[in-house]
Amino acid sequence: MRLTLEFGGGLDLLCNSVKIHHVDVDPKTGEDKLSMRDLLSWIKSNLIKERPEMFVKGDSVRPGVLVLINDCDWELCGSLDAVLEEKDMVVFISTLHGG
Amino acid sequence: MDEIVKTIGLKNNCTFCGVFRRQALDRGAALMRADKLVTGHNADDMAETVLLNILRGDIARLSRCTFIITGEDGPIPRCKPFKYTYEKEIVMYAYFKKLDYFSTECIYSPNAYRGFAREFIKDLERIRPQAILDIIRSGENFRISTSTKMPEQGTCERCGYISSQKLCKACLLLEGLNRGLPKLGIGRSRGLNSAKEDGEQRMLRSEVKGSNLQSKQCGTLDF
Repeated sequence: MRLTLEFGGGLDLLCNSVKIHHVDVDPKTGEDKLSMRDLLSWIKSNLIKERPEMFVKGDSVRPGVLVLINDCDWELCGSLDAVLEEKDMVVFISTLHGG
Repeated sequence: MDEIVKTIGLKNNCTFCGVFRRQALDRGAALMRADKLVTGHNADDMAETVLLNILRGDIARLSRCTFIITGEDGPIPRCKPFKYTYEKEIVMYAYFKKLDYFSTECIYSPNAYRGFAREFIKDLERIRPQAILDIIRSGENFRISTSTKMPEQGTCERCGYISSQKLCKACLLLEGLNRGLPKLGIGRSRGLNSAKEDGEQRMLRSEVKGSNLQSKQCGTLDF
């Protein structure tokens, strides 16, 4: 499944300073749907090159990281249980920074 | 800030950064003859500050920290228009409007106390987002017991800036940096006019010369 992932608010620093990633992610073997939960563990294993604790906490993203699926807050789509489709765009923005 | 951290290390640098930045803002505003000083503190910041002051028992700050306007009796009042706006809303707004967005994280204080309050607030927000506004609401409704002694506002003997002690925090910190005493001005004095703090300050005020860096006199700035 081809997806576009975007990292903002400083999170791109965890992925070799690349902001936009075009990726191909397959659902877990035996399942036909790709959930956000699966995508997160895929990102952690394949894209996050340093300080994973800045991105994930436990099962989900670190609190303070905004997730948008096709420009819509993921909390409106089911959060971790949201199902992704071909050509979806997922944006991760960190809101944690100094002032 | 790099030089300050070289002198004092990675602890307590929030104090230096905050005090110097605040004075710099105030003095800059006075130089520009501004009427008001407006900062971008948002709801998350306010909630963190309330919690932080509770955790540290800073009663003086606890009573003031939720005011949306401060310093009204001074020359340049300060205000926080985003006091009730969630950081999440601000970030989403900036994203959708494609605004220039700076997201640098402070590199000097990775273990700052505020970080723990922030982590806690973020976990709370996930479970019950209204908690942030509720914490601010609680903070606004704190009333300090009349039997608690509160510091009085005066002016710094050295530079004229507002201060609750004889020397303002910036002068104290600067003196500490100049003399290689990184702990000067750090840590709380027990009671308001404790012997320790008074002793330090008396020692400093009696020194006429010896500083390479000194706070410019505020008198010339029409404070």
